[in-house]
Amino acid sequence: MGRYVVRRLLQMIPVFIGATLLIFLMVNVMGDPIAGLCGERQCDPATAARLEQEFGLDKPVWQQYATYMGNVFTGDFGTAFNGQEVTELMSTAFPVTIRLTLIAILFEIVIGVTLGVVTGLRRGRPVDTGVLLLTLVVISVPTFVTGLLLQLLLGVKWGWIRPSVSSEAPFDELILPGLVLASVSLAYVTRLTRTSIAENRRSDYVRTAIAKGLPRHRVVVRHLLRNSLIPVITFIGADIGFLMGGAIVTERIFNIHGVGYQLYQGILRQNTQTVVGFVTVLVLVFLVANLIVDLLYAVLDPRIRYA
Amino acid sequence: MPDGRHEPEQAIAGTGMGGTMDLGVDEAETLEKRPGPDGTGPGDRPRSLWSDAWRDLRRDPVFIVSALVILFLVLISLWPSAITSGSPLTCDLSKAQQGSQSGHPFGFDGQGCDVYTRTVYGARTSVAVGVLATLGVSVLGSVLGALAGYFGGVWDSVLSRITDVFFAIPVVLGGLVLLSVITSNTIWPVIGFIVLLGWPQLSRIARGSVITAKQNDYVQAARALGASHSRLVLRHIAPNAVAPVIVVATIALGTYISLEATLSYLGVGLKPPSVSWGIDISAASPYIRNAPHALLWPSGALALTVLAFIMLGDAVRDALDPKLR
Repeated sequence: MGRYVVRRLLQMIPVFIGATLLIFLMVNVMGDPIAGLCGERQCDPATAARLEQEFGLDKPVWQQYATYMGNVFTGDFGTAFNGQEVTELMSTAFPVTIRLTLIAILFEIVIGVTLGVVTGLRRGRPVDTGVLLLTLVVISVPTFVTGLLLQLLLGVKWGWIRPSVSSEAPFDELILPGLVLASVSLAYVTRLTRTSIAENRRSDYVRTAIAKGLPRHRVVVRHLLRNSLIPVITFIGADIGFLMGGAIVTERIFNIHGVGYQLYQGILRQNTQTVVGFVTVLVLVFLVANLIVDLLYAVLDPRIRYA
Repeated sequence: MPDGRHEPEQAIAGTGMGGTMDLGVDEAETLEKRPGPDGTGPGDRPRSLWSDAWRDLRRDPVFIVSALVILFLVLISLWPSAITSGSPLTCDLSKAQQGSQSGHPFGFDGQGCDVYTRTVYGARTSVAVGVLATLGVSVLGSVLGALAGYFGGVWDSVLSRITDVFFAIPVVLGGLVLLSVITSNTIWPVIGFIVLLGWPQLSRIARGSVITAKQNDYVQAARALGASHSRLVLRHIAPNAVAPVIVVATIALGTYISLEATLSYLGVGLKPPSVSWGIDISAASPYIRNAPHALLWPSGALALTVLAFIMLGDAVRDALDPKLR
C-alpha cells in the first residue's frame, strides 16, 4: 500500500507539471499580461518595459514558470494586479465552491445511486424506461440552460428561492445551484449505476446470497451495491475536479462569488496571477481526488490489493 | 454534456470480437458466422457486424427519430432561407421583447430581432462546429491512439501521460483561457480548441480497442504470414476496432455542440454579429422576466439538437454491441 501510494505520487508529478505548464503557456504566451495592468488604455512603452522587468516577464518563459512554481511551493501565489494577495482571494473563494461541490456530490450519490439501483433492478419496466429517457434529456440540456430555466421558474416566477446567492453563500442558498451543477453528472451516475447493477444482478454471488435466505435489502445493499459501485466511485472521483472547474457557468448564473467567479473575472481582466494560481490548485485537487478514488477500490473490493 | 467529459459507460470496448474470422476475401466485409439476433440460422448468408447493425438500426424507433431530426437540422443549416424570410441580422428596436405575432411565431428578442429566424440560422453554427470538431477529434484521436495501442512501449507511455495532462484541465476553463485572447470571430478557433482538448478522449478509446483487436488469432496469423504493419493495422485491426470510436464520436458530437453554446454564452466562443444559440441565450438572459420566449426557443432548439445526437449515439452503440442485448 505505502509503495503504491509513493509510486502514484511520483506519477502525478509529470502530469501536474504538464497541466500547469500548459495553462501557464496559454496565459502568458497567448495573452499579454501587461495589457491587463493598464486597464482599458494602451500601456506606454516605457511603463510596459518597466512593468515587464518588475514582474520578470522579460525573462524566458521556462524561467518564469520555474520561478512561479518555486514560489507556489513556499505558499506564495503572487499578487493580483489590484494588489490583493492571490491566497487571500483563494481563502474567500474556495470555501464557497467547496460547499457548492459538496452539495452537488451529495445529490449525485443520494439521487443518482438510488435511481440507478431502482432502475437497474427493474430493467425494461416503465420506471426504467422513464428514468432512462429523463437522464437523456438532462444530459442533453446544457448546464447553463438548466440553470437559467430553474432560476426563471423557482426564483422569478414562483419565488421559492432567491434568484441570486448572497456573498456569504450559506448551504441553504446553494441547494439549487448545487443541483444544477450536479445535473449532468447525476444523470451519468444514474446510468452507470443502472448498467452496473443490471450486470451484477445475475452473478453467482447474488444467487448464493438469495439462496442463503438473506433478506432482499441486505442482498441489494451489502452484496449487489457494494460490488457495483466501483465504476460509479471512479466517475464521482474524477467528477470532483470537473465540478469545481465547471462551477464557472453555475456560479455565473447564480452570481456566486466562488472559484469560478474569480477565474472568470481573472480571465476577462487578464489577471495572470489569479488564473494560474487557481488553476494550479484545481489541477492538484483533481489529481488527489483520483488518487483517493484508486485507494478506495481496495476498501470496496477486498480482492484488489496494492503491493 | 456541456464540458465534453466522456460517457462513462465503457461497455463498448471489444465490439466485434469473438467468432470473427477475416478470410481475406473482402477487406471491408469481415465475414462472420454466427446466428442472427432474430434466430435466423447459420445457414443464411453470413452477415458482417455492420450489416447486422444496420438491420437493427432500421427497426429502432430511437434511431429513426433522431436520424430524422438530424437530417432536418442539416438541411436547415445548409438552406436556412428555405423556411425563413428575412435576415437574422435585420432587427427593429421598436419591436423589442414583443411576443408571438403573425409572421413572427417565436416573437422578438431584446434587440427586436425575429427569434424564429435567428433560431433557424443558429442551427448552421451548431451543426458546423459539431461536425467539423468531431471530424478533427476523431482523426487526430484515433490515429494517435491506434499508434499507441499498436506499437505500445515508450510511445504508448508518453501518449498516456499526455492524455493525463489534458484530462486534468477542466474543459470550460481551458476554453475561457485560450479563446479569451482570440479576436477572430469565426467558428475555427472554437473548433481548433475542441480538437485540442477533445482528442485525448478518443485516443483512449481507440488505444483500448486496438489493444483488444491486435490480440486476436487472425491478427497473429496475418503477422506470421509476414503482413506489414500498415496492412495489419488497416486491413485486420482497424475494421474490428473502429466501432467503439464511432459510438463515442457520435455522442461527443452532441456534447461539442453544447460546449460551443456554453463558450458562446460565456462570451468567448462566437461573438455577435455571428448567429449562435449560445449568443442568443446569453443575450436573452437579462430580459428573462419580460421576454422568456427569447430564451426558451433557442434553448429548446439547442437541447433538441444535442439530444438527437446523443440518442443517435446510444442507438448506434446498442446496434454495434451485441453483448449489451
